[in-house]
Amino acid sequence: MSDFFEFFTRFLPDLLKGASMTLLLTAEGLAAGFVLGLLATLTRSYGNKFWRGVAIGYIELFRGTPLLVQLFLIYYGLPGLGITLSRELSAFLALGLNSGAYQAEYLRGSILAIGDNQMMAGRSIGMSKWKTIWHVILPQALRLAIPAWSNEPVSLLKSTGVVFLIAIPELMAKAKSIAAKTYDPIGSYIAVAIIYLAMVYLLDAMLKWLERASRIPGFEMEGRKA
Amino acid sequence: MTDSILEARKLTKIYGSNVIFKDIDLKVAEGETIVIIGPSGTGKSTLLRCMNLLTKADNGQIFLDGKEITAPDYNEDQVRQQIGMVFQNFLLFNHLTALDNVMIGLTKVKKLPKEQAREKAMEELKRVGLADRADHYPGQLSGGQQQRVGIARALAMDPRVMLFDEPTSALDPELIGEVLGVMEKLARDRMTMLVVTHEMGFAREVADRIVFMEKGHIVEEGSPDDLFYHPKHDRTREFLWKITELYGKKEKEAGGNP
Repeated sequence: MSDFFEFFTRFLPDLLKGASMTLLLTAEGLAAGFVLGLLATLTRSYGNKFWRGVAIGYIELFRGTPLLVQLFLIYYGLPGLGITLSRELSAFLALGLNSGAYQAEYLRGSILAIGDNQMMAGRSIGMSKWKTIWHVILPQALRLAIPAWSNEPVSLLKSTGVVFLIAIPELMAKAKSIAAKTYDPIGSYIAVAIIYLAMVYLLDAMLKWLERASRIPGFEMEGRKA
Repeated sequence: MTDSILEARKLTKIYGSNVIFKDIDLKVAEGETIVIIGPSGTGKSTLLRCMNLLTKADNGQIFLDGKEITAPDYNEDQVRQQIGMVFQNFLLFNHLTALDNVMIGLTKVKKLPKEQAREKAMEELKRVGLADRADHYPGQLSGGQQQRVGIARALAMDPRVMLFDEPTSALDPELIGEVLGVMEKLARDRMTMLVVTHEMGFAREVADRIVFMEKGHIVEEGSPDDLFYHPKHDRTREFLWKITELYGKKEKEAGGNP
């Protein structure tokens, strides 16, 4: 045990460097995914037939294939079409596109729950369709989506591990190199597991806070009824 | 009556092979309160939603102040600012306080400055007796209070006409009175109103004209006296007898309110 403790403290600075890269990838992917997911789900719910098809195609494609395959297609596949992207940009794109497809689905459920009634109410006082979406539907749908959506940051954080396969120096990559250097894969991967666990714990605490801070008196009940 | 504010001509609505209503002619004059009654499923609510273009009619025309609002490319959002609507299930914006519910149309649609909008919204809340509930969310209000906020939200836009779609049907009996009270006051102030309701007391006391609709047709229309005491059609008599019986009992249980 004390051996492991010594091991852990010795490599901690290096591991934390990897962890900060992991957090950065998670934050970027989550932000890009949120914008993409919001666009995709709004297009799917309110767009015309053509754009609805595009949105559904995107969501199904990225939810229906493994993240690793998407990553390799972007990094190794796109150069075949004459598009060569850096490792970092490839990782960012794969994580963002993948997360966007999932976030679209989380948001869609709550937009359906808020539904046509609130749209009708907004239209009845002369708001346009998009004004109603912006001022009435989204403020409610986003709040309603938080509990289910809270899975996504955690899930994405853990998924970032795959990008070490295109040599991004994040936490998994550090673990691998430490394991190779020390011939102690078990100690190295346990150390990494502990760091992942700590990050997930922190993230969960932040999400709980977000859920509490955005709560509206009497709203949760209304949402469930609708 | 040439001075009608809102007029439907040969209005028809069909869902699939289901004719909701057909060739409805209806004129609403300035300051008039019209109550539409009839069995459920006869297209009263759909008719109301067609009148402010929330639902598209399949045939016929609607005129607001003499202008055809069913004309293609007519600005619907402009129309709905002038035709207020109150819904059976209130449909308040649940993420906003009572005050913000009333204000949002003023700031986002009419683009009033915030202070001016707040003042106007407070006035409307006072008008429905809810100034002291301004900072409550819909989830913290009773059904009757929610519906009164709904009325204030519509009134804030200074509409030419107000449509009420069974405004008390979702309320507990003891809460119906406060909503009908607000509507009565509006009618007395000569607001132009088109009301779908089963509250026969309200219809008899407040309506200038009652329209009896059944199976997608207007069977009969006239003054409350005409319809209640001298109905021309057996169906009108039957319906009124049945519903007065039913709701008379409920009103008595609720402890009055004619």
